[in-house]
Amino acid sequence: MIAPGGGVGGGRGGWKGGVREEELHGALLRQIIYSLSVLVVEIPLGIALALSMPAKGWKASVVLVLVAISLLIPWNVVGTIWQIYGRTDIGLLGATLAYLGFDYSYTGNASDAWMTVLVMDVWHWTPLVALLCYAGLRSIPAAYYPAASIAGASKFAVFRYVQLPKMRGVLMIAVLLRFMDSFMIYTEPFVLTGGGPGNATTFLSQYLTQKAVGQFDLGPAAAFSLIYFLIILLLCFLLYNWMQRVGTADKESAHE
Amino acid sequence: MNEKRFHKRVIFLAAYLVFAILPIYWMINMSFRTNEEILSTFALWPQHFTWENYKTIFTDASWYSGYINSMIYVAMNTVMSITVALPAAYAFSRYRFLGDKHVFFWLLTNRMTPPAVFLLPFFQLYTTLGLMDTHIAVALAHLVFNVPLAVWILEGFMSGIPREIDETAYIDGYSFPRFFITIFLPLIKAGVGVTAFFCFMFSWVELLMARTLTSVDAKPIVATMTRTVSASGMDWAVLAAAGTLTIVPGAIVIWFVRNYIAKGFAMGRV
Repeated sequence: MIAPGGGVGGGRGGWKGGVREEELHGALLRQIIYSLSVLVVEIPLGIALALSMPAKGWKASVVLVLVAISLLIPWNVVGTIWQIYGRTDIGLLGATLAYLGFDYSYTGNASDAWMTVLVMDVWHWTPLVALLCYAGLRSIPAAYYPAASIAGASKFAVFRYVQLPKMRGVLMIAVLLRFMDSFMIYTEPFVLTGGGPGNATTFLSQYLTQKAVGQFDLGPAAAFSLIYFLIILLLCFLLYNWMQRVGTADKESAHE
Repeated sequence: MNEKRFHKRVIFLAAYLVFAILPIYWMINMSFRTNEEILSTFALWPQHFTWENYKTIFTDASWYSGYINSMIYVAMNTVMSITVALPAAYAFSRYRFLGDKHVFFWLLTNRMTPPAVFLLPFFQLYTTLGLMDTHIAVALAHLVFNVPLAVWILEGFMSGIPREIDETAYIDGYSFPRFFITIFLPLIKAGVGVTAFFCFMFSWVELLMARTLTSVDAKPIVATMTRTVSASGMDWAVLAAAGTLTIVPGAIVIWFVRNYIAKGFAMGRV
């Protein structure tokens, strides 16, 4: 995928230095698996959360603020807080897991580290999906709901044929945002695990930064940024077109 | 049946809120403790309650001016993003023109580019114009990722409003500006509210550009914070206190836009 044989523009020399094919492919694969996991967990959870948030009154205000808080913490602080939070001796999460009898260690065990990074991301970013969907739901005219219930629609039917199509626009941006941001994730896993143990949580951006900036070689760094951008662009474009097709197919079948 | 569903919803919401609040509680908890206590004992609440960490921040100008600088450029950026994005999103949602879909998607590619790519051009441009280390410089630089975001979100909401509303307004003799402000905007209130919040949030937490384009006069809080990591080790307690304080302005913003987000269409009149 990324120029086996080193044929990218004039960067031949740069590409050969430092980058090993298997390592790069490993990082890319880890990255894709991670980004897909993020989408699979956060999108349904965000929709469910938006559906269960109260629609008006002081409760709505309080819940909105509480849900939004995690978004406002600078990313390096998020990593740092979870670093303490996950420790089995002094952190709430780690101590609770240890108390329950799990042999949990985000610094020693690869799958624990991976799960911790994922849970941290879910904690940090699900509110983004939820807030977008919530705002999308609120702009559905209230008159739709009595109409649907008179027509005898079940809760699920209301969701499937009224709420989901109305949320299509915001869901599209939520999916794309979460995808591209998780693909570029750097600060949080870097602060939390430093990419370890081994390279279980070394995602693409961190791998490339290590290789490019770590060796103060700006040529490869520029080539990496460009290739990186093209990968994200390609994947987002595919995702965008796919979601548009799914959306319009829905519309057509609804009109029939 | 209905009652049971309601019950499930409340339980789910409560469970999520607990999940969401616990790490934040832990941060607040840490901010009232000393470094030694944080690293040595597990405690659900501070054993030796202290305001020291907050004192450090509020008595040191280089700390608290970081908050002020951040607020200034974030506010500028949010206002500019929304102002630019509203007409753009309206055009994308209402008109068909050559290459509209492509331009629309291209906008978002600005958001996909690693911010590091923009650093050097911005640096050179701002040095030439004498804008380095000013609030407006950071606010303008952050438009690169906030305008596409705002256009995309607003377009989603605008496309949900039927075109007939525009046409009816013209037939009724509304001028375009009057229609846009008195009829159209109230209909997409929820969208504008959530967009404003996201612009605020992404500009607030952005570190790389904000740090590179400023040095002293406009240094943001996210950059000031990195100084808690030093050769002598982490200053966990002050970092936790600073982190707790970074939540406050955003929480105030969402408190102000909550009515826009929560009520949405229900309060809009046509």
